[in-house]
Amino acid sequence: MEIVEILFTVSFWAAATRIATPLIFGTLGELICERAGVLNLGIEGIMTAGAMAGWMAVYQGADLWTGVVFAFAIGMIFGFIHGLFTVPLGLSQHVTGLGLTLLATSLAYFTYRMILPDVPSPPRIEAFQPFAIPILSEIPFIGPALFKQTALTYLAFVSVAVVGLVLYKTPLGLALRAVGENPAAAEAQGIDVYVMRIGAVMIGSGFMAIGGAFLTMSAFNAFFFEMIAGRGWICIALVVFASWRPGKALLGALLFGAFDAFQVRLQQALGGDIPYQIFLMLPYAFSILALIVMSRRAAYPKALMVPYRKGER
Amino acid sequence: MRLEPRTQVPLALAIAAPASAIVLALLLAAIPLLWAEVSVLEAYGLIFKGALGSRFAVTETLARATPLIFTGLAAAVAFRAKLWNIGAEGQLYLGALTAAAVGTGAVTLPGFAMIPLVLIVGALAGALLMLIPTILKLRLGVDEVVTTLLLNFVVLLFVSMMIEGPMKDPMGMGWPQSEPIVEAATLPKLVARTRVHAGLILAILAGIAVWIMMQRTTWGFEARAVGASPAAARFAGMPVPRVMIRVGLISGALAGLAGVGEVAGLKGYLTLDLSPGFGYSGIVVAMLAQLNALAVIVAALFVAIVFVGADFMSRAIGVSNYLANLVVATSLLTMLLASLATRYRLRWR
Repeated sequence: MEIVEILFTVSFWAAATRIATPLIFGTLGELICERAGVLNLGIEGIMTAGAMAGWMAVYQGADLWTGVVFAFAIGMIFGFIHGLFTVPLGLSQHVTGLGLTLLATSLAYFTYRMILPDVPSPPRIEAFQPFAIPILSEIPFIGPALFKQTALTYLAFVSVAVVGLVLYKTPLGLALRAVGENPAAAEAQGIDVYVMRIGAVMIGSGFMAIGGAFLTMSAFNAFFFEMIAGRGWICIALVVFASWRPGKALLGALLFGAFDAFQVRLQQALGGDIPYQIFLMLPYAFSILALIVMSRRAAYPKALMVPYRKGER
Repeated sequence: MRLEPRTQVPLALAIAAPASAIVLALLLAAIPLLWAEVSVLEAYGLIFKGALGSRFAVTETLARATPLIFTGLAAAVAFRAKLWNIGAEGQLYLGALTAAAVGTGAVTLPGFAMIPLVLIVGALAGALLMLIPTILKLRLGVDEVVTTLLLNFVVLLFVSMMIEGPMKDPMGMGWPQSEPIVEAATLPKLVARTRVHAGLILAILAGIAVWIMMQRTTWGFEARAVGASPAAARFAGMPVPRVMIRVGLISGALAGLAGVGEVAGLKGYLTLDLSPGFGYSGIVVAMLAQLNALAVIVAALFVAIVFVGADFMSRAIGVSNYLANLVVATSLLTMLLASLATRYRLRWR
């Protein structure tokens, strides 16, 4: 069985990690928003905007890390709009999020066309290059798969650890979880629910934007229309799959990456007999399946999608 | 000073709110126009002229509004019951695919039977597709937002597979497209040599029918009650799951009809660029209409004007027609702000 053997090759797991990276950022970002009680359906558009903004900054001469910071900042701006609409104004999180996806996507496309009116093919940039992390990359098998990646993938790993620590080991994290579970009680403790929620949505949206930027600055090195291709929606499914825990989000994203990488290799092995679209459907079908399996015992943050009004019970 | 919920919305406010939202959106969209260094007034003048400036322009706008009325109704019905059907795009394509499968020669019937047949199978396809996420929501608690969104991608790939495979037109010069719809299944044109077709009449009739259903029947009352509070609806003895399934089926069917209209009325065959996001624009239409089925028709016309006009403006002065998407997305957000005014009143005391 050649196909099964693929699973035991380093190159397969290295590819899985690459595919997982934007999903790690996106899932982490959505997780932060939802932990504070705000569903952010702007994710697909924010990832698109981040992909465009980071890439464009570098294309205009900024260095790579400036591009990443720029993408993060753009994400935070969109996050602020979402926070403003859904938290103090208490507007529908579903509709605001979808509106934000439409806005961020069309702004990204419009800006791209404004700056580059007629380029025959998408221009490329000098993107992040993979490098091996000394000691860690020498661990047999796992080392070369996980630790011979680009800087953004390492940033994704570090972000998971930092977000996990902040969420569970600091007063800030406790406050954030409190406004997502029981905002009235949080307010009684002297926590400003609005500030916490808007802040969480802004930070979370920043992470989503970096997830998009990974695609243009570390994977494809160019910006294409429709390049996010539902990755944002998959992240929302992954948050449920991960039961709103950063560590499980990392595992979920890696599992999804592995599944997607396997699908590509299966397509190469069996191509010709089966239409390629069947293979391309698998990741979406897999996400729906994962949702079905996990939804039964999903422990939603109690105040998710419940607007909070000061001084009301 | 405090906000208090309104129990009734005065008609003047119900009209003023979306109107001011649109004005605000147009003002905001002037920023990218200024960036493009074109005259804002000229650009908006061109959009207006391109959408309504001639007989042909008006027919183009009406043709564009047709699928938007259907997808707008699909969103309005579902959102009223708080069933978040974001899958109208997929339901539209599945409706179109089924209509193409039946209408390209698989069945041969005279026109009076053939057209109803493609309409019914297309609506059925959209309805059945929406049944999956509705049942998953009711039985297993799976969030329908994500499932409907992800199914859009699955359906698009399925359509791609079909028109590159078994349904591919052998005479299509290698392009991935279906065979043309047979004459008997083609919706008649309303105006000769234009693209506006009988689907427009059906869309308007659907709008009226949905309005009557939502406002004047038990079905509509139940749907609104479930949307307002599922717990209260259950307490009042309403069969909440059955209401949800009914709403899902109607919503999916309406989106499916949008696809039938595009393939059997406008394009004549199925391709992968049949819809430039009509399913998603339908959400904007529904929100601009504040989920009122009759207002959906007007809101769809507005969105169609923006899209058709922006294409014209883009050709005339070279500003990207993504401006249309910007105007539409911005008007969704400004409409949300305006909805605060219709839902609450400011009380000074």
